[in-house]
Formats: sequence, structure tokens, C-alpha cells
Amino acid sequence: MLSRTAANLYWLARYMERAETAARLLEVGERMSLIPSTGGSGYRNEWVPLLQANGSHEGFLAKYRDPVQRNVESFMFFDRDNPGSVAACVAAARENARIVRTALTSQVSDALNTAYQELMTLERTERSDLPLTRLTEWTLRCCALVRGAIDATQLRNDGYDFLNIGYSIERADNSARLMDVKYFVLLPRVDFVGSGLDNYQWTTLLRALSAHRAFHWAYGGEVTAAKIAHFLILNRQSPRSLLTSVQAVNDHLDSLARAYGTPTRAQTEARALLAGLAELTIDEVFDEGLHEFLTRFIGEVSALGAAVYDVYLSGDMR
Amino acid sequence: MGVVVRGGAWRFATPRKSVTDSEGSRGDAVVKRADFFNEMFEQGAVRWPYKGLQGWMGEMPDEFRSLKQAEAEELFRRIGITFAVYGEGGDPERLMPFDMFPRVFAQDEWRRLERGVIQRAKALNAFLADVYARGEIVRAGLVPRDLVYRNEAYEAAVVGFTPPRGVFSHIVGVDLVRTGPDEFFVLEDNCRTPSGVSYMLENREIMMRLFPGLFRENRIAPVDGYSEELRRTLASVAPRKCERDPKIVILTPGAYNSAYYEHSFLANLMGVELVEGQDLFVEGEFVWMRTTEGPRRVDVIYRRIDDAFIDPLCFRPDSMLGVPGLMDVYRSGGVTLASAPGAGVADDKAIYCFVPDMVRFYLGEEPILQNVPTWQCARADDLKYVLENLGELVVKEVHGSGGYGMLVGPKSTREQVENFRKRIEENPGNYIAQPTLALSTCPTFVGEGVAPRHVDLRPYCLVGDRVTLVPGGLTRVAMTEGSLVVNSSQGGGVKDTWVLSE
Repeated sequence: MLSRTAANLYWLARYMERAETAARLLEVGERMSLIPSTGGSGYRNEWVPLLQANGSHEGFLAKYRDPVQRNVESFMFFDRDNPGSVAACVAAARENARIVRTALTSQVSDALNTAYQELMTLERTERSDLPLTRLTEWTLRCCALVRGAIDATQLRNDGYDFLNIGYSIERADNSARLMDVKYFVLLPRVDFVGSGLDNYQWTTLLRALSAHRAFHWAYGGEVTAAKIAHFLILNRQSPRSLLTSVQAVNDHLDSLARAYGTPTRAQTEARALLAGLAELTIDEVFDEGLHEFLTRFIGEVSALGAAVYDVYLSGDMR
Repeated sequence: MGVVVRGGAWRFATPRKSVTDSEGSRGDAVVKRADFFNEMFEQGAVRWPYKGLQGWMGEMPDEFRSLKQAEAEELFRRIGITFAVYGEGGDPERLMPFDMFPRVFAQDEWRRLERGVIQRAKALNAFLADVYARGEIVRAGLVPRDLVYRNEAYEAAVVGFTPPRGVFSHIVGVDLVRTGPDEFFVLEDNCRTPSGVSYMLENREIMMRLFPGLFRENRIAPVDGYSEELRRTLASVAPRKCERDPKIVILTPGAYNSAYYEHSFLANLMGVELVEGQDLFVEGEFVWMRTTEGPRRVDVIYRRIDDAFIDPLCFRPDSMLGVPGLMDVYRSGGVTLASAPGAGVADDKAIYCFVPDMVRFYLGEEPILQNVPTWQCARADDLKYVLENLGELVVKEVHGSGGYGMLVGPKSTREQVENFRKRIEENPGNYIAQPTLALSTCPTFVGEGVAPRHVDLRPYCLVGDRVTLVPGGLTRVAMTEGSLVVNSSQGGGVKDTWVLSE
């Protein structure tokens, strides 16, 4: 397959996953804003940690200054200048799909086209008619439709692998970032750890990942930080855990290596990342520090993404 | 008159009845409907190829029709057939207006057209092979030397090189208009990369989905063999150095090109890669494409990029669309380009006048299809005539296309005519003029029911080891009442084109 086509498929998937994360972040933010302030400064700054975790705080400040809900919504949902906004991601995914329409089934093209048409309708709608839940639910639905169309109709060839590598790399990165929101929220006051408020925030995170019930099925009993961190980092049953995501990257890279008859540097790096996670315990994560661990992990995933680019997407492999 | 039109062509030189004035309010000439050949109704009776459509048309209530029309538009939008109109702004992804009323040819009508188009495609290719070699037709004094060798489209870079099987133009689009039951004229030839074939195929698909009954009741020759025939044609012109099943690709300028849909559509149907310039590179004696498995050799490139852009080392150095070094590989027989660089000299509007001569000179046959008589403003006599009769003529730029920069005299205001007159006087060599032809009409769905609208026809002739034509083509229709301009960029629409089997 053409390297450029593979790159378009890979980025299409990454953008869709990123759009989903932006919507989930907004959901976390809204729920957290419904409980008393944790910042200690007396005004609602629950939205700042969300922007910090998303890595877009500075970009936000440059344009909007005031971190109130409406501004954050504008920035993270509608603002096409923000490359991480839902609108920018859906538009970019659809543009990538338009370029490689020969590599997609009509159901997948349809799903992406429809998402884009609906986005334009939302952009023309009065903001007062658009509660945040409607925006987030719409985003999750579109993402599920595209994902479902891919799983139901795409040929299981190398293109399918590139789509899934894109999805999984982005998901590994995004799950880590979502968890990091917790770190930024708690940063000002260490004595919150283990308090009722702490647990409330963890639970909110679970809800945002649509994993609240799944968590209870998997663990039962009391919600503790250790259980949730395990669920989101190391649980193989959890669809968004870091381990599940890295496993999926490995599976699809292996499938490529089999189809092409040669493993590459990308497979080696992915395997190393997986081995590191598989041997990890949750105590070790907390010993290292959750934020430190997540920061390191995000860096490693990004390096893996670069390896995939060099080997398969740049077209420079000789 | 310096026009080189011989034989019987003059019989059809002027429309049977040209332009008459009636209720034109601003002094515009208005053409009476009855003056045009109606392809369905002749003196009140239905011509037989359209018999099968008479009942269908009569039994269609308005609500049903608008339902079907909406369904068709939904289908077009869903599959994403849109086109961009240059220099107009607005929606960059607008739909081509699709008219559900088919245009029909009887088998014998089609046979004659087919022979004429194939004859013309052969002659044009023979001309190209000749002017890049010994130039016999110029030596024989049939075509002026300067018109060929000083032509902007003449590529000095390929002089002396003969492409595989001597074919320069692998897809020849011949634009035809009809003025009577047996009267067809060639408006122009397209030897480079004629577009629109995706509409021919998709219009048929959509008609079959909307009205399956019509296809059961009428014996309509299928057109869906086109993509396979195109693939076979391209494979048959593999380069000299290719000793395997040739690897074919389509080279597109990219997703922002107005014809991108067509490029991806054809790539999909033929099962070949759709590449951009950045996906290809030259190394050693061959062209390679960048794939996820490393470089893969490419043998035949169906390019949808103009000559000027295909190789920055050979042509325009600022081109980002092409492949540096491509022309070296091409000239040494490492890759085939379709169409061949330089093919444009054959479809130049000034060269057009000589195509009937080419048919006689190379094939020793009489031309089956006639040219429209053409005045070349570069010649003093012709220019004088054109300026005197500007209000009755169609004037076109020699190198223009797509209906841009043309004047339709009888349809223009006095002011428009005078403005155009100045432009011609400033640069006469840039213009040719033709009489306003009485284009045939075909019934077309309009707001108030069915009404005649003017149509033309573009069949797509494939030239490789053999020369073939699928039974059909693209019928373009001027959706505005009385309009003679069918170009999509000027608000024209498209129709499904049927050829009835015996």
C-alpha cells in the first residue's frame, strides 16, 4: 500500500480517537465543576486542570483568557484553530478520508461524511440551544459509528492494521492524559489524597470513560485509587487501559510484519513498551509517582509513533 | 474564405434556420424552438428510439418525479460526486445537476458515430506520431509548419521518441453535437486527459437504481465494461523495458483538484493505486512508488496532470505536482505516460480544422464525422468576416476550455459583444469563430414538467493495441431554457446516454 495512503488511514483514526477524548475531557470537566472547588482559591477553576492535561492551556490563555465553561467549550469543541478540538479533529479525519476514499468502504466514508455534515449544522446552531451533554453525546455517537463501520466492513488487510495502530496509539496517549487530569486537580492540596473528594474525582474519571459499571463488575466493593489506577493502566479487560491499548498496537504491528514478511524497528519498540507494562505492579506506579509515570509513558508512546512513521508512513524505507 | 473544409461539409455549414428575432426584449435574438432538431419528437410523432420512454414519461406524476429526483441527489451526495467551479467561490462541493430523462441512440445511429469516432482517434494519433517524427503531413503542405512547430502544445522534449505502439493519446474524448437525424458535427477533440467518464458510469448506476423497470423493458447496451477496457488498454502500452505484468497507477494533482472524485473512482474500479507526485521518485532507470513495503516499480502512469507539471526538471521548475526525472525514464523506455507528453498539439483549436485532412492523409478514408466550419481570427480575411458578423457567431479562445472566455453572439447583449470585439482586436490570433449551431434538443425534466433542452455528447475512445469505444458517453445538457452552453462550469447538467441493442 502507498505510504501516503497508510498515513492518511493512520491519521484518520488518530483524529477520531482524539475527538472522542476531547469530548470525554469536557464531560469530566463539567462533572467536576458540579462539586465544591478544590483549588482553594474560591472560584471555579476546575477547567484549568483539564486544559493542562490536554496540553493546550497556553493556547487557550492566548485566545480566551477566562477559563469559564463557555470559553472552554468554544475552545475544545468548536474552535478550528485548536488542533485538538472536536471540530478540528472531525474535519481533519474527514479530509484524510476524502483523500483515501479508495481504501475505505462506503459505510466508513458515509459515517465520516455524515459526521462532518452534522458538525456544520451544529456550528450554525445557536449556542444557547446546545447544552454540553448534547455536544459530547453527539461526538461519542459519531466516533462509535465510524469505529463500528470500520470493524464491520473493512477488509482485514494492511489498511485495517494502520487504522487500528492509529486508534490504539492515540488511545494509549489519551487515556494517560485523562488520568493525568487527576494529578492536576489534586496538585494544589496534597492532603486531599484518600479523602471523599478524592474518590469522587476518581469516580468521575471512570464515568467519563464510560467505565463506571465495568469497574464495578471487575472489582466490586469500595472505590479506591489503587483499584482505579489498576483498572485504567494494567487491566487487560478494560478497553481503554494503557495495557490494552499497547497490546492492540503490538497485535496490529505483528500482523503487518507477517503480511510484509519482515519485522522492523517499530515492532521491537512496541514489544519493549508492552513488556514494561506487563511486568509492572500498581504499587510500583505509585512509588514512581502517578504523574511521573504517566509523563514517561506519554513520551514512550510518542516515540513509538515516530518509529511507525519512519518505518511505514514516511515512504523512505528502502 | 480561408477555411479548410472540404467535401460535403458545407452542406451543414449553417444551421438549417439560424437565428430569428421574435420577442427578445433587449434586442437579443431568441431562437425559435421549432428550428431545432428534437431527438424525441419529429413533426409530432415520437422517434422510435424514444418509444419506450413515452409511456414512462406520461405515467410519472409530479410527486413521484420529485421523490426520485431527491433520491438521485441524495445518492450523488452520498457517493460524493461533486465538482469545484474555478474562480467562483461558493460551495466547493456542489453537485452536478443530474437530469433523469435519458438520451437515446438507436443501434444504427450509434454504429455510424462509433466508426466516425474511432476513425478520428486513429487519425489524431497518426498525426501525433508523424509530427514528432518526420512530419510528412507538414512536408506535404497540408498543415502549416508554424501551426505545428510553433504551437505552445508542441513538446520539443519528445521529438524523435515514439511511445509504445506509437500511441500518444490513449483516451480521446470527441465532443459532438447533433443538428439533424443524420447530421453530427465534431466541436472539438480532447487528446490529453478528457474528464467526465465517471459521470457516464455513475449516471447509469443511478438510473438503474432509480428505474430498474426501464432497463428490463428496453435493451440498453451496458457501459460498465469501460474500466476493464481502460485497464487493458493501459496494460497494452507497457514500456519497452517492462517484462512482467505491468504495474499501472493513476497520477492525480491531489484531493483539491476538481476532478479528484473521478481519479479515485477510476483507480478504485481498475484496482490500481492512485498516486500523487510526492509518492513517486526516479532511481536508476525506473520510476518507483513509496509503499509501506518499500519502493515498488511503476510501469504505466495514467496521468491526470498537465504536461507542464509532470517533471520539474524538464518543464516548469516550480511544479510541486510532478516527479523530477520522470521524462528521462520516459524517453529511455522505462515508463509509459498516458497520454504522452506533447499529445496536446493534436487537440489545439487551430489544428482542429485539419483533422479531416488527417483522416484522408493517414487513413486514405473519407471522414465520417464533419468539422464545424471555423474561422481563424489569425487570418485577415477570416478576422474581417468575424468582426462583421460577431452577433451571430460563437467565438472561443484557441487554448481555452471549459466554456471559459467564450462569446455566444446570439445570446449576448450588445455590450458583451462590443467588449469581446475589443478583446479580439487586441489579440486576433487567440480566437477562432464558428457559426451558432442549431444544437439538437432532448426532453429534460424542468420545474414545470418536461421541456426540450440543448444537448451535446462526449464519447470516450480508448486507443492501445486496439481502438475501442463503449456504447455510450457523457451527454451534457444546458439546463437553462434556450441556452446553448452545456459546460458544467456554466451551469450545465448531465444525462444518462443509452445505446439500444438490436
